Amino acid sequence: MKTTRSGVSEKANACESRRYAVAKSHRERVGLVLVAVALMALPFVLASAGTAWVRITNFAVLFVLLSLGLNIVVGFAGLLDLGYIAFYAVGAYVYALLASPHFGLHLPFWIILPIGAAVACLAGIVLGAPTLRLRGDYLAIVTLGFGEIVRIFMNNLSSPVNLTNGPKGINRIDPFQIGPLKFSASDTFGSLIFSGPIKYYYFLLLVLLAVIVINRRLQDSRIGRAWVAIREDEIAAKAGGINTRNIKLLAFAMGASFGGIAGGMFAAIQGFVSPESFILNESIMVLAMVVLGGMGNIWGVIAGAALLSFVPELLRYTVEPAQRALFGKLLVDPEVLRMLVFGLALVLTMRFRPAGLWPETRHRRELNEGRV
Amino acid sequence: MDILLQQIINGLTTGSVYAVVALGYTMVYGVIQLINFAHGEVVMIGAMVAFSVITALAGSNLPPLVIVLAGVMAAVPACMLMGFLLERVAYRPLRHAPRLAPLITAIGMSIILQHLALLVWGRNPLAFPQIIDNRVFGIGGAAISSVQIAIILMSLAMMAGLSWFVYRTRFGIAIRATAENVHVAGLMGVNADRVIAATFIIGAGLGAVAGVMYGSYYGIAHYTMGFNLGLKAFSAAVLGGIGNIAGAMLGGILLGLVEALGTGYVGELTDLCTWPMAHGWLGERCADGGHFVLFGSNYQDVFAFLTLILVLVFRPSGLLGERVSERA
Repeated sequence: MKTTRSGVSEKANACESRRYAVAKSHRERVGLVLVAVALMALPFVLASAGTAWVRITNFAVLFVLLSLGLNIVVGFAGLLDLGYIAFYAVGAYVYALLASPHFGLHLPFWIILPIGAAVACLAGIVLGAPTLRLRGDYLAIVTLGFGEIVRIFMNNLSSPVNLTNGPKGINRIDPFQIGPLKFSASDTFGSLIFSGPIKYYYFLLLVLLAVIVINRRLQDSRIGRAWVAIREDEIAAKAGGINTRNIKLLAFAMGASFGGIAGGMFAAIQGFVSPESFILNESIMVLAMVVLGGMGNIWGVIAGAALLSFVPELLRYTVEPAQRALFGKLLVDPEVLRMLVFGLALVLTMRFRPAGLWPETRHRRELNEGRV
Repeated sequence: MDILLQQIINGLTTGSVYAVVALGYTMVYGVIQLINFAHGEVVMIGAMVAFSVITALAGSNLPPLVIVLAGVMAAVPACMLMGFLLERVAYRPLRHAPRLAPLITAIGMSIILQHLALLVWGRNPLAFPQIIDNRVFGIGGAAISSVQIAIILMSLAMMAGLSWFVYRTRFGIAIRATAENVHVAGLMGVNADRVIAATFIIGAGLGAVAGVMYGSYYGIAHYTMGFNLGLKAFSAAVLGGIGNIAGAMLGGILLGLVEALGTGYVGELTDLCTWPMAHGWLGERCADGGHFVLFGSNYQDVFAFLTLILVLVFRPSGLLGERVSERA
């Protein structure tokens, strides 16, 4: 009964929204152009406040990418993955090993990024294959254990053969380079100064656009609908002819590949990777972004990631001076504050808006049904 | 020195701590099917509170045993209160929400508690004051310290006490009935809210003692200690069959042994120089008694996770648990 009812209303919804969309398409197009212009101009506005803010924005975009990747696994397919940062780590280490003096390899980034994505994808399948039978909360713990194992290996694979350089990490990683265009140096065109971070920003924006398009296409595709079906009721999905094993594996693999790509870019932007960047807290941060924004809703996830990337930075720039002015010393470390914000975001979202700040319509309905 | 016996003694010590912490996970899971992620942090805060009290009293002339007991006496009610509040504030409002919601809340609470502890006690570990005369006894070529003996005996006593409580008292029957079926238990006059709150409080109280034991064994307490300890204890609970009280005890001890023996022998086992077929192409590295150790004892933490993953993949119901249905 329930399925029929929601099925009918969904169809009605879709019809209505299509009519609405046609009427609104003009305004929407204008809006999109405005957003695009704003995003293009953003780094120059930020650069006037300091290059640090461009860097912060770059890391925010990286986290948006990560959240979109995790959203495939958690939001679309409903598989709670607490070790997602491991794929980010895999991508970052693949880039670091293939483009640094550590092994003396200096491959160009457009070769390494796909390799990183492929290796991360493989890692996703390796993790996914044995865990597919597990229930939601067990899966969370196993993925958490997997993430920790990856980190422990990176920490210790410096002997007997020095693969990862252990806790010291790998530094002097090559920045991106396209022909003569170096992402590490500044270029001047007329009166505009394109600093390294600004170039990375545009590249990230391009990748982000591609990821959003892929996500949008995926969401409404056969695969995307299969994911949602599995999330809502796995047994029914199976009965409906969905190969749940392959489709779940695909979710892991796709999510992992996005993580791998983001990791490669992280390594290049940062110029340095060490296991410390890939602790469990990072996985939880990404999860908080997905959960706060609204699991399953691409725009919600993007907004959640942007919000949770910038709020801690704003706190850093406001709370720290405020404390020094009030108490003459630092009482609460901004890093601690940041983690408290993430923890609170998780708890409060679940308590008051379990479907997130910008919920996906279908998910919202499902979460409301769950309430007795 | 007999390495095997020594590792077994060490494994029994950490294993009995895991077992006591695992009881907290398993009781809560048994009653409301929630992985109380924040349990590890409760244990950590227990250790921190006790260490603070013990350090404060260390200068006084009280006998050491009284000081340690005072620390425990401070930690247990503090943790019980925290367990109670956790359930009341964070989990109870979500009791009828979809499964993932309370789990995500639990992760959030764990992060919050950990960083609150960081705010209160700082980044540096608290050291256990040198007040106990830690005597070492030799048995069969291995050594066992008085702290180890105390930990093992304390854990056994707590496990026995909990077993008596759960299997022999009226309230214990109520807990088991609730674990079996909340609705039917309610029809039989069991107040489910009280039972659920009680499992949190009991688990937290046991966890507080476990935290003190763990801290005194390693000599330090740190705001991050709850995470790994909690995860290992959870692995132990799963190994024994989550929801099953005897299983948590068995799983804890087994996991402690696996970890100790694994850490003790992994270096030797993965030393390629002792493998006949690898000897050829490693000739130079292995000459003059050289070693080519793939995985050393620094992989200690991997064993618990590997055990967890293997158990979940091959026997998700654990050693003593009954088959759990696979509903998500």
